[in-house]
Amino acid sequence: MSGIGIQNATKLFGKTQALKGISIDIRDGEFMVLLGPSGCGKTTLLRCVAGLERLDGGNVRIGERDVTDLAPRHRNIAMVFQSYAVFPHMTVAGNIGFGLRMHRVPKAQVDTRVREGAELLGLSPFLERYPAQLSGGQRQRVAVARALVMDAPVLLMDEPLSNLDALLRLQARADLKRLHKEVKRTTIYVTHDQVEAMSMGDRIAVMREGSIEQIGAPMDIYDNPASQFVGGFIGSPPMNFLRGAVRDGNFAGEGFSVPMSRPRVDLQGREIVLGVRAEHITIGADGVPARVLVVEPLGSHALVTALVGKTAVKVQAPIDVGVRPDQAINLRFDEATVRWMDAGTGAAVQH
Amino acid sequence: MRARAEHVLPFTLLLPSVAFLALLIVIPMFQALLLAFVAEKGGFTLEHFQQMFGDVNFGDAWRNTLLLLLLIVPLQLVLALAMALLVNSRFRGYGFFLYIYAIPLAISDLAAGILWLAVFTERGYLNSALQSAGVIQQPILFLSFENFPGILSAIVIAESWRATAIVLLILVAGLQLIPRDYFEAADLFGADRIRRTIHVVLPLLRPSLQSALIIRTIFAFQTFAVVFALAGRNMPVLAGEAYVWYAGNRNEHLAATYAVLLLGLTACVTVIYLRVLGLREAEVQR
Repeated sequence: MSGIGIQNATKLFGKTQALKGISIDIRDGEFMVLLGPSGCGKTTLLRCVAGLERLDGGNVRIGERDVTDLAPRHRNIAMVFQSYAVFPHMTVAGNIGFGLRMHRVPKAQVDTRVREGAELLGLSPFLERYPAQLSGGQRQRVAVARALVMDAPVLLMDEPLSNLDALLRLQARADLKRLHKEVKRTTIYVTHDQVEAMSMGDRIAVMREGSIEQIGAPMDIYDNPASQFVGGFIGSPPMNFLRGAVRDGNFAGEGFSVPMSRPRVDLQGREIVLGVRAEHITIGADGVPARVLVVEPLGSHALVTALVGKTAVKVQAPIDVGVRPDQAINLRFDEATVRWMDAGTGAAVQH
Repeated sequence: MRARAEHVLPFTLLLPSVAFLALLIVIPMFQALLLAFVAEKGGFTLEHFQQMFGDVNFGDAWRNTLLLLLLIVPLQLVLALAMALLVNSRFRGYGFFLYIYAIPLAISDLAAGILWLAVFTERGYLNSALQSAGVIQQPILFLSFENFPGILSAIVIAESWRATAIVLLILVAGLQLIPRDYFEAADLFGADRIRRTIHVVLPLLRPSLQSALIIRTIFAFQTFAVVFALAGRNMPVLAGEAYVWYAGNRNEHLAATYAVLLLGLTACVTVIYLRVLGLREAEVQR
């Protein structure tokens, strides 16, 4: 088995720098998610690992081997494409066995492994069908099966769930996670969906404009975002941000003031952003005054949007919270979970 | 109201080309059928066909047409496919090659024939070049009626030069329609360039190959101007006989009979291609 090492990877498209010197070490058997908005370079990075794009600088290692200058077919990898790229002129069996046939695996062995692969993904009844006769979800599973039967130590997935409808995506997400537990391939998984990233990844690399903003375990990134960008990208709803400055033991901004029980000398006088997640705010008798804008009952809880000064803040409240729009309320921030970021750079301030 | 307008719109858009085809193709086609099957004194007859089959040149014309078809169509297809794959590999300067390849498209077939006559004739470019290079002492009579292989080769070369471009363009367009993901997936799953072409590119290109083959075969049946320019009456072909009987012998009935024979052959070949090369139904559902 093998891990993946990316060192100082750079890639240019014309004059735009798609990758600005990225380094990641992915452990053997690890499920690494590359997460970011469109245009952040996550797919480019994956394609560079696959060999479908050439790096302009840096290198890629798979296992002990430097593969930077190798063609995709020599890298010993398998990939699931966003479009699936399931060949329309081959049956399901033909598609699943394609990589094995290209590697000149004996026919009997191809048949056995195709059957195993189809079994694993519930495709056994469809082996003789053509892709046009399958649903989108089934085609996606053919693409996954084709990649898995390769027994390549590295599996690359480029937004494999983005073309499925919401319900199917939920199912496929759980299936992929279960498969990874069973086969334990080193996996790089590209997505722009933070829920997918949170639920599937051993670690997440959050990318932005060709750089990695933060790498870490999902809950670590969720609780301790390295920047305002990460806090805003991860979590639904995103982290709340209030801009202000620390003066005399209070954090005060336009139209509000939050008392601080623990004095932060280091923050004194600085322009700063307070970050707090919706579930770490409670509506109570005292605290920061706010005015309710919207109440959204979501079944298990209610999402209350309230105005603190001029900033809208989302609060996760009990479903029976009983507040109405325009009502004046008081918010209390759970101080242990509050994060501070520099107002200029957005970078988290160490606590 | 709106649904009805949507229903009518496609037909409205098709109408001009249908009218065009009816005027220039369907009406002449029926005229030819009438001329071929109706006797001069009226009434159905097969005498024109009997006359055609009995004609001295018919056997040669039939043989030559098939021979040219069998030589030219496969040759052009292979050449065009190689060129299309080359262009599609997007090497540096491929646009220039595509441009050069496409030049013959702009030249009429008679002009192309005359151009190649200038190459192959007794004092043509080829003989001059060979002589000045010292390869031969006397000019070779490539196009003499006694030199059938010479005439045939000259026609095959000229026709291939002239009409490979149309096949090329159809195939290049077909290649560009194939999503690049398929090529990338093939590469990633271990197929080198040759196996990628055999297992992925050619099967996905099948609809375009089919169109190109049909178009080329139809035109190969109609090969005429280039043959006439290079060989004159030394090499009769079916389409040429239709022309000779109409323009030379003033027999429109026999000319139409040749035309109807070509129509029948073309229709047969097209049906065969569609049957043999057509996509399986399972591949195109939905």
